Amino acid sequence: MQGNAACAEGAIAAGCRFFGGYPITPSTEIAETMARRLPKAGGVFISMEDELASIAAVIGAAWTGTRAMTATSGPGFSLMMENIGYAAMTETPCVIVNIQRGGPSTGQPTRAAQGDMLQCRFGSHGDYSIIALTPNSVQEMFDLTVKAFNLADRFRVPTFLISDETVGHMRERVTIPDSVDIVPPAPLAEGSLPYEAGEDGIPGFAPFGSGRSVHVTGLTHDERGYPDTTDPEAHDRLVRRLVAKVESARHDIADYEVINPDAERVFVTYGPPSRTVAQVMRDHPDESIGHLRFRVVWPFDESALGKFPDAKVFLMPELNMGQMVREVQRHADQPVVPIAKIGGELHTPAELLQALEAHG
Amino acid sequence: MIAPDWLREDRLPHIYCTGCGNGSVINCTLAAVEEMGWKRDETAFISGIGCSSRAPGYILTDSLHTTHGRALAFATGVKMARPDFNVVVFTGDGDLAAIGGNHFIHACRRNVDMTVICMNNQIYGMTGGQGSPTTPTGAFSTTTPYGASEPAFDLAELAVAAGANYVARWTSYHVKELTKAITTGMQTPGLAFIEVRTQCPTNFGRHNKLRSIPDMIEYLRGNAMLRVKYDRLVEEGADIPEGTFTIGELVRRRRPAMGVKQ
Repeated sequence: MQGNAACAEGAIAAGCRFFGGYPITPSTEIAETMARRLPKAGGVFISMEDELASIAAVIGAAWTGTRAMTATSGPGFSLMMENIGYAAMTETPCVIVNIQRGGPSTGQPTRAAQGDMLQCRFGSHGDYSIIALTPNSVQEMFDLTVKAFNLADRFRVPTFLISDETVGHMRERVTIPDSVDIVPPAPLAEGSLPYEAGEDGIPGFAPFGSGRSVHVTGLTHDERGYPDTTDPEAHDRLVRRLVAKVESARHDIADYEVINPDAERVFVTYGPPSRTVAQVMRDHPDESIGHLRFRVVWPFDESALGKFPDAKVFLMPELNMGQMVREVQRHADQPVVPIAKIGGELHTPAELLQALEAHG
Repeated sequence: MIAPDWLREDRLPHIYCTGCGNGSVINCTLAAVEEMGWKRDETAFISGIGCSSRAPGYILTDSLHTTHGRALAFATGVKMARPDFNVVVFTGDGDLAAIGGNHFIHACRRNVDMTVICMNNQIYGMTGGQGSPTTPTGAFSTTTPYGASEPAFDLAELAVAAGANYVARWTSYHVKELTKAITTGMQTPGLAFIEVRTQCPTNFGRHNKLRSIPDMIEYLRGNAMLRVKYDRLVEEGADIPEGTFTIGELVRRRRPAMGVKQ
């Protein structure tokens, strides 16, 4: 099965029943699969007029308590930024898939890249936090899409599946389980205000039609959901909570793979560069070479770096000019070396070996 | 008071200026909602950004105050996911015709079953009176200090051309006719578009010698002409005064619609 098709199948298995999208290479097969599969699953597929409308429709559907998703690539992702901020501010659970391609601008529509890693975290204006998952296989396109829906609902936050052309168009064997775990959002408790949160910072969810007459606004709002746009404390309280509910749970949300924890030279990856690292490690078995692969990149769990106590250097192959490497550098005491590659092709094992030798 | 059960009294005082026409439009809409017998937990009010778009914040239902221009796209998601909901969109001329123009024509084309009420005050009111796509040619605003040089959009005609099943235009002066039009729109499956020419003495009026509220309302009333009369005058070849706009029902039809309650 193709990666993009596996993503769509994962969404349907997770109970996604609304897809609003706009065709864009290399993500289009997700929309095509949803268009074919959703009506038969009792869901709604709608081809919107642009990506601004796609994410808007998804947020609207999400407020009816329907699991909803859209999929796009760089140019469409840029268009979605305003409403991604709206989803963060209004705490709307939704899933946004970005099958990354070469940018900036129209760039390389049919080539892989990891150029939107910071955009997905910081692309909309203002302070907020999100969750982003990075699959490296067709199986993970399925599994992590399911996981994205559960995280989006649990934290009431827009959640991203940040993949790329390579994984989206890759064909591999996939195991699709008979059923998957679906964890719905915690309901709004009787007597609680719509934006009143407990210790975890996550308010209960009262979708439209639940009789709670919730007012949803992108303006700074109080616990009732009513606009309160000039009180510094109201803004401080709201925005700090939006960030803290995700960041304070980063160890809990974390999902990463550790290979050779005693290693001194450690590759740090997410997405398809991990496949090249795996090849290098197969070809050159050596316990002094380690591999830390993130399946969740945002919120960034810095404690993962501590799983390699003997590390002398972290090597970071990325399909961009160095994006996540900044986050790793921020938290690591050791040198962190970017192995940046752009142009649309994966790193070759030889390129990674060269980097290893340079830091041997 | 019209529809007291539908007001968020704890949100008062409202933000509207003295003499604003938006309150009349909200009143007419809630009167129509009462006539329809809608239930609060089956109804969603949705809006974009601007003075008009603050209206859902004063109405006691589930309400979605969204981003500038995108209300119809959000509403499409709500209504397609839950066709059993009654969906009303409040928007304004800047929200609908400028930044949201593409969503407007596509929502009409899809003919999604919802009622869209545009409070067209011919100005960007919230930001202090800049020229919008419906500012009449020659009218003054903070960004058309020498008079607007661009032609204005006719929103109701645009909705007809794009495919909405029901289209009407009234003013905030014509409250009885407006209430009836909104009710008819709510009864008609498909997208109902009601354009309401609304007075804005604060930001439109003050630049156009219509600062007094009665003058501003008289300007709307005086320039409004029933469609039948307008059509007759055109047929007779009679002179039509400058600034005239038509009021009444433009279309009521049964094109295939989406998101209709079964």
